[in-house]
Amino acid sequence: MIRVTVEVNGEPRTADDVWPGESLLYVLRERLGLPGAKNACEQGECGSCTVYLDDVPVCACLVAAGQAEGRRVRTVEGLGSGDELDPMQEAFVRTGAVQCGFCTPGLVVAAHDLINRNPHPSDAEIREALAGNLCRCTGYEKILDAVRLAAGGGS
Amino acid sequence: MTTALTTTVTGRIGDSPVRPDGALKVRGEFAYSSDLWADEMLWGATLRSPHPYATIKSIDISAALALPGVSAVLTHDDVPGDNIYGLEHPDQPVLAATVVRYQGEPIAVVAADHPETARRAVDRIVVDYEVHDPVTDPEVALTAAAPVLHPDNPAGNVVRHVRIRRGEPNPTADVVVTGEYTVGMQDQAFLGPESGLAVPAEDGGVDLYIATQWLHVDQKQVARALGLPAEKVRLHLAGVGGAFGAREDLSMQVHACMLALHTLKPVKLVYGREESFFGHVHRHPAVLRYEHGATSDGDLVYVRAEILLDGGAYASTTSAVSANAATLGVGPYRVPNVSVDCRGMYTNNPPCGAMRGFGAVQAAFGYESQMDKLAAALRMDPVELRIRNALAEGDTMPTGQVIDSPAPVAELLERVRDKPLPPPVATPVDLREMPGGVSNTTHGEGVVRGVGYGVGIKNVCFSEGFDDYSTARVRLEVIGGEPVVSVHTAAAEVGQGLVTLQAQIARTELGVQRVTIQPADTSIGSAGSSSASRQSYVTGGAVRAACEAVRAEVLELAGAASLDELDLVEVLGDRVVERTVQWRHRPTEGLDPLTGQGNAHVQYAFAAHRAVVDVDVELGLVRVVELACAQDVGRAMNPDAVLGQIQGGSAQGLGLAVMEEIQVVDGKIRNPSFTDYLIPTVLDMPPMSIDVLELADPHAPYGLRGVGEPPTISSTPAIVAAIRAATGRALTRIPVRPEHIVGHVG
Repeated sequence: MIRVTVEVNGEPRTADDVWPGESLLYVLRERLGLPGAKNACEQGECGSCTVYLDDVPVCACLVAAGQAEGRRVRTVEGLGSGDELDPMQEAFVRTGAVQCGFCTPGLVVAAHDLINRNPHPSDAEIREALAGNLCRCTGYEKILDAVRLAAGGGS
Repeated sequence: MTTALTTTVTGRIGDSPVRPDGALKVRGEFAYSSDLWADEMLWGATLRSPHPYATIKSIDISAALALPGVSAVLTHDDVPGDNIYGLEHPDQPVLAATVVRYQGEPIAVVAADHPETARRAVDRIVVDYEVHDPVTDPEVALTAAAPVLHPDNPAGNVVRHVRIRRGEPNPTADVVVTGEYTVGMQDQAFLGPESGLAVPAEDGGVDLYIATQWLHVDQKQVARALGLPAEKVRLHLAGVGGAFGAREDLSMQVHACMLALHTLKPVKLVYGREESFFGHVHRHPAVLRYEHGATSDGDLVYVRAEILLDGGAYASTTSAVSANAATLGVGPYRVPNVSVDCRGMYTNNPPCGAMRGFGAVQAAFGYESQMDKLAAALRMDPVELRIRNALAEGDTMPTGQVIDSPAPVAELLERVRDKPLPPPVATPVDLREMPGGVSNTTHGEGVVRGVGYGVGIKNVCFSEGFDDYSTARVRLEVIGGEPVVSVHTAAAEVGQGLVTLQAQIARTELGVQRVTIQPADTSIGSAGSSSASRQSYVTGGAVRAACEAVRAEVLELAGAASLDELDLVEVLGDRVVERTVQWRHRPTEGLDPLTGQGNAHVQYAFAAHRAVVDVDVELGLVRVVELACAQDVGRAMNPDAVLGQIQGGSAQGLGLAVMEEIQVVDGKIRNPSFTDYLIPTVLDMPPMSIDVLELADPHAPYGLRGVGEPPTISSTPAIVAAIRAATGRALTRIPVRPEHIVGHVG
């Protein structure tokens, strides 16, 4: 068993008695009370568990908990400030990009990262950036609408 | 104050208010069934059969029980009640006792203090099997030589044979085309895995927090297996990460409850993705043999069809799926002479049951392929042939049922046909617009564009005389100086937006802005299933009826004729007006077992697609360039949600057309992962142009027509037709694979 200390959403957090095989996703969800990142495939195919690790989006299911030691993690729960939604979160709600919502946290983080890198992406660039995130409900049309809205709304 | 509340209220039907759960979902704070947690919670895991067909000679759990951290290892001996369940026919053991009939069948369950401990304990259970040759071909299952997989079934390996006979038994026609078509096994591939939390209660019962489509049908089956009265098995809907039919059958419900009652601790069970492929039913694979006869002018004279559905190891909803494939088997066309035989079979393949489209999807690939083949034989335009034979209001189905509400099949086809076509690929070529994408497989060499059409028909609500109802409780009171409505049902929000819609109905009927939707649970009567495109119709109808009862009581209290004249705060004071209503759609009838005649369906729904594809005919790669869709929804209760259903449904149809198939070899699933089972990504989905028609059904609440399933039905044949147009290949099997396109096989 190991101890893992990570900065999560700006706060230092420690998890004790971590089995070395646990993923960052498991530690976030089951030990740190942050179930926002989702467990849809747990092999890096669906993007539902996307979080920032030192400002780079990763699939938290593919990061061993020990690899996150001493690093900064930002999850979907840490995007907004207080009761305020982040503009990307707001855009997903407004455009109807959320149905069951299981893919949403990962997509919101991936789209948030895209807009940080490229504030005014073309449709082809949006599609490329979100190609690692599966959604089974929406057919992606309204997700594209959400990203266009967030990009058009400026930041 | 006598404000006309009904005119100032926003978010009524016809509007598209934002989802009440939207903010929680984008923040990651919405509690899905896999997110639940309780003090002293244990983790469950399941031992599954590695064999598709075997006799269990012994099960030794001692090594698993000895593992530190393990609290319980349970087998069939520990099932407290009847070790059997099933949606339509109880034929499936909770935990296999003497025989396993499919790879992945549950045999034992474990509870431990860590999920990894539970998994390791599962690995220590020793089962001695006598392995048998599995029955993996439904054609073989039909033969007398095949082993009978369920000896109690009077029809051998046939779960159900549905016969439809209408018109002349031996008609002749000028032009005849025949074809055999095959549909692979599709997975619903919802993203939120099967999961739930069972919490033992002081009364000896259990509370189960679960992602499901129908709380009460789960409750009934779980209570029987636990040997408890229904009131001691309380189900609460946890957040549902998609459903699409895969949550109609039980998965881990009884297992989690057994472990919780045995250990007297909360037990959480969450399937991983691989386990999920074994943990739920799939879409029935099908073989469809058709013969279409027409006059030389293109009028359909007859259709003969034989449809074989592989139901797999247990019945699930095979019976109802077979009835759908049969009764909708000729499609949305006027056909005077019909003979359809549809058989749903038992085999040792993975069990199949409900998936969006439910029997209509398989049939549509058959009859739409035939319509294209017939058009070619007649040298007619395929859209013209369809329009010539299109069903309309007043026409008669092969079951004898007369269509008594709008059926704008011809208009839907005209609309998608008349939309402008997308421009050809621009030069210089952007690789992202090429089949194969940035894999750099072509710069346009060998790329051929094709256009194809499809139209489909689906029944809405439960059919064949099923007592199909929903229950709604609506409460009106003044809170904080403001009228507030509370709506309580057991209807499952699975992503479709039912919670939004319930509030829209309450605002519309009662003219009150503030509406809260209570969590769905079994403390109220059944709402029926979130399936068959039925919840807006049936639970929508129930919520409206309960609102009407509340409104009548308020008007009586006030001695008024209309809510518009009333100040509800003044009229109500401290009074609470609450009414609970059970609401039913009009009754249906069973099918005559010999002729399949009967008014079996409540409502029919239609959608049409046009697909434009670019195909690399040398490599067999396909890029769908555009999908156009037209669908009649009767009344667009929430226009944004309607579009979301059409877009999402079309995407699942695209998946079936070109990529999605569970590969089953000798009864074993070869690709149980999102690495090997592909579903459309944002790169695979084209832009969609959608026309929504609103031709009211006079029999339905608000005139609405079920929305969710039709777009899944017609997008598949449209895409395949477009690939045929580009390649000239017959393409009789879906999903279409590269080797079919380049001509190496079939």
